Amino acid sequence: MGSKEKEKKTIKTIKIDVDKCNGCRACEVICSSFHASPKYSSNNPARSRIRIIREPLRDIYVPVYAGEYTMAECAGRDKYTIDGKQYDECSFCRASCPSREEFKEPDSGLPLKCDMCEGEDEPLCVKWCLVDALTLEEREEEVEEQEEMEDLEIGLESLADKYGMQTIMDTLARMSTDDKSK
Amino acid sequence: MRYAETGFNLEVDLTRGNIEKQATDPGETELYLGGLGTNAKILWDRVGPEVTPFSPENLLIFSAGLLCGTPATGCNRTIVSTISPQTELMAFSMMGGFFAPELKYAGYDKVVLRGKSEKLVYLWIHNDTVEIRDASHLAGKGAIETAEQIRQELDQPKAQVAAIGLAGENRVYYASVEQGRSSASRGGIGAVMGDKRVKAIAVRGTKDINLAKPEEFLSLCNDVLAYIKHREDNPIKGVMPILAGLGSPQEMKVHDEKWHTENFMWGNSRTRRKGFWNEDIEKQWTDTLEGARTRLISCFNCPMKCGATLSMPGLPTYMMKCFTKLTYTMAAYSDLDFGLRIAQKATEYGLDGFSAPQVMAFALELLEAGILSKDDFPGLPEGNEDRFYYLLDMIVKREGIGDVLAKGTYWAAQEIGNGAEEYAHNTIKKHEQLPLKLSMLNPIYFLMYSIGEKINITQIEGQFPQAPFPKKEHREKFCEDWIQVPHEKFKQYFIDWELRGENSIPYYPTVDMTCDIVEWQEMMHYIDDALGQCAGLSSFPLKPPYHIHNYPKFISAGAGIEMDEEKLTRAAKRYRTLVRAVNIRRGMRRKDEKPPEDHWKKRFPELEEKLLDAYYKLKGWNEEGIPTKEALEKMDLGYVADDFIQRGIITDEETADVQKETQTQ
Repeated sequence: MGSKEKEKKTIKTIKIDVDKCNGCRACEVICSSFHASPKYSSNNPARSRIRIIREPLRDIYVPVYAGEYTMAECAGRDKYTIDGKQYDECSFCRASCPSREEFKEPDSGLPLKCDMCEGEDEPLCVKWCLVDALTLEEREEEVEEQEEMEDLEIGLESLADKYGMQTIMDTLARMSTDDKSK
Repeated sequence: MRYAETGFNLEVDLTRGNIEKQATDPGETELYLGGLGTNAKILWDRVGPEVTPFSPENLLIFSAGLLCGTPATGCNRTIVSTISPQTELMAFSMMGGFFAPELKYAGYDKVVLRGKSEKLVYLWIHNDTVEIRDASHLAGKGAIETAEQIRQELDQPKAQVAAIGLAGENRVYYASVEQGRSSASRGGIGAVMGDKRVKAIAVRGTKDINLAKPEEFLSLCNDVLAYIKHREDNPIKGVMPILAGLGSPQEMKVHDEKWHTENFMWGNSRTRRKGFWNEDIEKQWTDTLEGARTRLISCFNCPMKCGATLSMPGLPTYMMKCFTKLTYTMAAYSDLDFGLRIAQKATEYGLDGFSAPQVMAFALELLEAGILSKDDFPGLPEGNEDRFYYLLDMIVKREGIGDVLAKGTYWAAQEIGNGAEEYAHNTIKKHEQLPLKLSMLNPIYFLMYSIGEKINITQIEGQFPQAPFPKKEHREKFCEDWIQVPHEKFKQYFIDWELRGENSIPYYPTVDMTCDIVEWQEMMHYIDDALGQCAGLSSFPLKPPYHIHNYPKFISAGAGIEMDEEKLTRAAKRYRTLVRAVNIRRGMRRKDEKPPEDHWKKRFPELEEKLLDAYYKLKGWNEEGIPTKEALEKMDLGYVADDFIQRGIITDEETADVQKETQTQ
């Protein structure tokens, strides 16, 4: 994959200030709305690529973004205590993983991943977070060039993990034959 | 496809244990929008005047507003409607929080409960799977405690739970439904839920809500967000701090309580304590709130932080918003530490923070006056604060005198007799009001108190400044960017309003102006209550982001219903009239439409009658406050007119008389 040459790239970072989060979930609303097809035609926080891990009575509010899909869950779990509040390790984890329902399409179970709202001036979760729990920072960094995986590729990879590559290929072959016969 | 709404209600017959998913008629949405509007239609159709609050035939409706679950900022309210045990009229208390959107994502606009369960149960709604589950293990548990336990036993941390505490289970007439940081408190709907033996409703949804014109809707949302930012940066000058910004009054944020503690009444809405507030108290109360408050928090999809998580040392954590902060403190002539401690217990019990403290202060007044005796309070502690805890338990457990007090000051006074009625002095339509006693009659407030059918001043006021600014130039300045007015004339009403002289209260605003102002304010609340929009971003504050000019666009882009200002005004008037029709059929008349006798020292009986006459006329109601046949038919409510005539509430002749009178006036 890709050449190993270094190149300059603008890195977009969403800074998350959990102390400022008011737990309103506007980020989940606008994220799922933006990623609906057609754009904004529906919304459903269960499809959002950002989630607030939210336990009001324990004062836990952690916005987490969907990161990489992983086929296996962690072998062990850690607990963190920060300022006297105990957090599950998964509270900070970005993975779409078998151990939890976060970051999966509710119908298909396919993994979701934050794409920073490509094409917009800033990620819409940042724009809609008027309390500034989410802010955008851009910086230049030298990185090794890598090809970004497309949504479709991520989805196919997870299907392949689940059913095996051969089954997927067989199914695709059958589907394309079915398609032609229509 | 249905847009913004799901098009389905959940009909639950608790007697038979039957659950049905019922498709709704899109034509009704067009006529009554949703939320309060369609709730009123259901209550009109299905709950006749013979149905008593605690009969199985009474319905308890939990409804999301039409736009709840869409990206419209702050649109998250659940409108809970039933027949109130306290007023015996339609109650439509509302709660913010997270329940309504979750219900929509589960695929329902409303949950309609009817009948009565034999055992204590809770309802678990998870998309298409809906179960009535045993709740006997939750009996007597606190409302917040119950919600936590249900989430745990279902292993559904994201479920939203609306629950009652012991007060609801024991049918205390001012029991609330609690939902984390929010509650539907007024009108005793928690008692109806308890009577139906429903401890809680838990809901989790993962379905989509669709929009008719997505790009247009989002652009309206972005305008609202930009306007909220603008208002945050530009608080309104010349009004007290809690009215300068948006949101519910920011009681969890502010420490300066000089205005409330010196202008609102203490005890059983009796004593004004001018000069109460000083530096020592400010420091002490600031320390109390800062020590208790872990975070300012919001409802679903809203940047305003009107609520807070509170942890008083040694007590379980709870959440609060708004004026309950001070109601217990002031009823007991105590301090904030006491107020926040007892409110924790009252929240778990599930009680209305307006009524409960007043009932307790009322009971102690009766004891002092010798109308009740020490024998009525066996084991009453000596200390003042301890007495409030004692009374709280007696009421919620309905032991001894608590059983009577559980009905609120009006009904308790009727039962106690012996002059107790004089002490139940702060009710409207049998429902306890804010502890406020003022000097000079204000015509706008007189009308709002009288004709308001939510029977709570904060649920009808807003939009128009509560008092004129002293200088004309400031009033003119205020009008410069007052885009929310439905008509330019409102600006002139305000500019000409003076603190003293000819153009001051009670004769200015004039009767006609007052009617216009009240109608506008009331209409905005009614629109909010159908759409599910929080009043804190709309009908309550000055210069809100939602108003009559952008609401029609939200409705057409969201729900796909053709809408303009005129049509929306008509729809709001239609279901506002339907709420009145439900109450008229239950016996409400002009005699019931009055503020507490002692609300103002200086009253103007003749002017007051004129105000009522004029408002009734403007609304198409006769001199008894009953909508006329002609007015009903104009509003597509011919079926209400037919029912009224059949019951003898109006006759064809009477209607003609009213018309004649109107013409000669």
